[in-house]
Amino acid sequence: MKKRIKVEDISKPSPKLTELRKEDFEPLPPPFERPESTPDFAPLSESARERYESSLDDTIALSIPKPQSKQEEDELVAKFLSGLQKLFTKENNWTFLQPLLLSMEHCAACHTCSDSCHIYEASGRNPVYRPAYRSEVFRRLYKKYVKSNGGLLQAWRDGEIELNWTTVARLAELAYRCNLCRRCAQTCPIGVDNGLIAHEIRKLFSQELGIAAKELHQSGSVLQLAVGSSTGMNAAVVKDNIEFIDEDVSEKTGMSITTPWDKSGADVLLIHNAGEILAWPMNPGAFAVIFESAGLSWTLSSELVGYDGINYGVWYDDVQFARVALKHAEVARKLGVKKIVLGECGHAHKALTVIADRVLTGDLNIPRESCMVTLEQLIASGRIQVDPARNDFPVTLHDPCNLVRLMGIVEPQRRILRRIAPQFREMHPHGVHNYCCGGGSGFAIMSGHNFGDWRNQISGRKKLQQILNAFEGELDPSIKKYVCTPCSNCKGQIRDLFNYYDIWEKHSILYDGLVELIVNCMTDVKPGFIEWEMH
Amino acid sequence: MVSALLAVSYVSLAVFLGAIVCRAVKLARLPIHLRWELYPVAHEKGRASYGGSYLEEPDWWTKPRRSSLAGELKVMIPEILLLAGVWEHNRGHWFRSFPFHFGLYLSAGLVVLLGIGGIAIAAGADVSAAGGAMGRALHHLTYVVGYAALWFGLIGAAALLAKRVFDEDYREYTKKIDFFNLAFFAATFAVAIVAHGLADPRFVALRDYFARLVTFDLSAAGVASASPPGWIAVEIVLASLLLAYIPLTHMSHFFTKWFMYHDVRWSDEPNLPGGEIERQVGRMLQYPVSWSASHIRGDGKKTWAEVAASEVEEKQPS
Repeated sequence: MKKRIKVEDISKPSPKLTELRKEDFEPLPPPFERPESTPDFAPLSESARERYESSLDDTIALSIPKPQSKQEEDELVAKFLSGLQKLFTKENNWTFLQPLLLSMEHCAACHTCSDSCHIYEASGRNPVYRPAYRSEVFRRLYKKYVKSNGGLLQAWRDGEIELNWTTVARLAELAYRCNLCRRCAQTCPIGVDNGLIAHEIRKLFSQELGIAAKELHQSGSVLQLAVGSSTGMNAAVVKDNIEFIDEDVSEKTGMSITTPWDKSGADVLLIHNAGEILAWPMNPGAFAVIFESAGLSWTLSSELVGYDGINYGVWYDDVQFARVALKHAEVARKLGVKKIVLGECGHAHKALTVIADRVLTGDLNIPRESCMVTLEQLIASGRIQVDPARNDFPVTLHDPCNLVRLMGIVEPQRRILRRIAPQFREMHPHGVHNYCCGGGSGFAIMSGHNFGDWRNQISGRKKLQQILNAFEGELDPSIKKYVCTPCSNCKGQIRDLFNYYDIWEKHSILYDGLVELIVNCMTDVKPGFIEWEMH
Repeated sequence: MVSALLAVSYVSLAVFLGAIVCRAVKLARLPIHLRWELYPVAHEKGRASYGGSYLEEPDWWTKPRRSSLAGELKVMIPEILLLAGVWEHNRGHWFRSFPFHFGLYLSAGLVVLLGIGGIAIAAGADVSAAGGAMGRALHHLTYVVGYAALWFGLIGAAALLAKRVFDEDYREYTKKIDFFNLAFFAATFAVAIVAHGLADPRFVALRDYFARLVTFDLSAAGVASASPPGWIAVEIVLASLLLAYIPLTHMSHFFTKWFMYHDVRWSDEPNLPGGEIERQVGRMLQYPVSWSASHIRGDGKKTWAEVAASEVEEKQPS
């Protein structure tokens, strides 16, 4: 029988609040239906356990050093309290105060959210991963330390909770066991948003205590703002790489492709996730092929930050988010473009189009459009000619949460696929009811310690189930299959899932973006743009 | 005794309305926040059925937005009346939650019928089985709705209470006050059922009480008895206290849900140049920041605009 874990247990020091065992995880479809047919969950190393806070579960996302003294423990708790107070002031958190307060005050504890969470379900319904668990811990802290002066009735009214180092450290880690996909919020009958609460906890830790996932902060937004890209590429390197990509796609397509840079007054500033340039170079290459073939007036920017659309701040820090968004808008303003088009990156879409909408004012409020919309328009208008017969293999579509549930861009990519992929079929559920790939909110780039195992075994489990089910009856490796994944972050996660479970080797399922599939069937391009090999 | 009962009812109603207004104003005056909508957004005309948004439109900023009030009503009405979301996502809970909420809606309906009946009596009409067509209809409708309200409410409250007592998952998240709240509801409905069973089977005494309540007149014409029977008096006190209590708790979600949906979940209004949103955002950007992390160093004087435009003073990873 599984150990029952109460909300207040988070404060009780123990080696581990919960344990992860493969046998408990939700079964995968064949051939992975038995626990022994899936890879082992790598344990944390002894040195990691000794050095870092690891008492939540069997992994580590943040690497918070263990305290060396009672004083260090007290300092962390005091800073947390200070951040907690600030989070509920309009001056420090006007950005999300109203939604946060509404979610803090009105949960009816009906657990409707639980069944919608892919992490809770995939873990075998581990009580610590229940969307409401983290929220309830935080809610009790808020009610005890922000809203109330204590008093005899406080615990009776708001529930038991103790604030100590263990609570704070575990809560910080727990904020990174949620993909922020907000599927739970979609099902809440009242509108409580556990994803938002996880987001706000991350913010508190980052903005007050300076605690955030290294991959998102130091190697993410800090590096991007300093060098231009979280990949570490400066302008010269990125231009070199694009030049190589232009040569490659020119050779592959038989067209002469030259990506335009810093073209003043162009209609479109295209901003890629720079990770594509390094990890999936055919993606920016395919964009160039499509835009050039269509005769679009477009450009890339070599200005600092202008060539990398990522904005990791959207997952953990409003200040870092605003800094990056302002740089993107500033670049577009200087170039005098008519609009910014976001490449295949879900969080970049949401960050700059939706969230930054109430940050960018005056001449920085440059119109932003999804590439899904731009691409559909080019195909529907006939500026790009396609031959769907070239894509006559099973194709399914992964819906990036940021693009669908959080932005409402659902149909343009489907209309394209229905036109170019005769064997397109949906996953179930899909569209705004999709499941996260498991790499959302930055997890796809987080693999420290054994966190990669955690996301491949737990947060990505539902997506793997969906992909295998979408190709049910066609899993034979002689049939080549394609998961259209129009988001860099999701692609990173699906790549890792496929490698972890040997999906390409066993079932010939490949993943890649939408533009590669479009170019693969363009009539004025040499056939065979998609290379059927794992990358 | 009637005066005391009336005082309790008036004060409770004042607390109920005052708490709602106070809370609603407080929520409405919170600063504009960053967009955080969640699709489907019900007012997206022609797109809500699949969760699409105006952002699917090429050059969307050049085109008029097509919003649909009917679309919102299509979602809100089944959501409010039938708890459609719970039905869809938590069926087991719906069978407990729906009777409870439906009992509350019928209770509100009962109050309206009693109010109308009270006004009619005060105006000299005969609201009884022997009255005119309207009086007879009102008389019969009142106790039919009344018993339905009380039984639905009692069954729902008892079922929810039992779930929270016996289901471990629910029990762990249920505070002592939540048990008290459900017990309070169950007790009020139970007392009302007993009261009407024993002392006022056709809700006549309660309607008489409402005649005094709505006319603010202790000697209202046509009132049959000087004061309601004891059981009915207990019912009135419990119901009045419950009315005052609800908006002071998390059960205020019955009206804060409006903010949840309209100000957050469906709040997709774009920030257009020179518009009201831009003006408000401009004001928020002047708020001082005091976050302490080294990449912010808010000193309580620097504004959001200044912090967002500043460079990160932090060591780069090597």
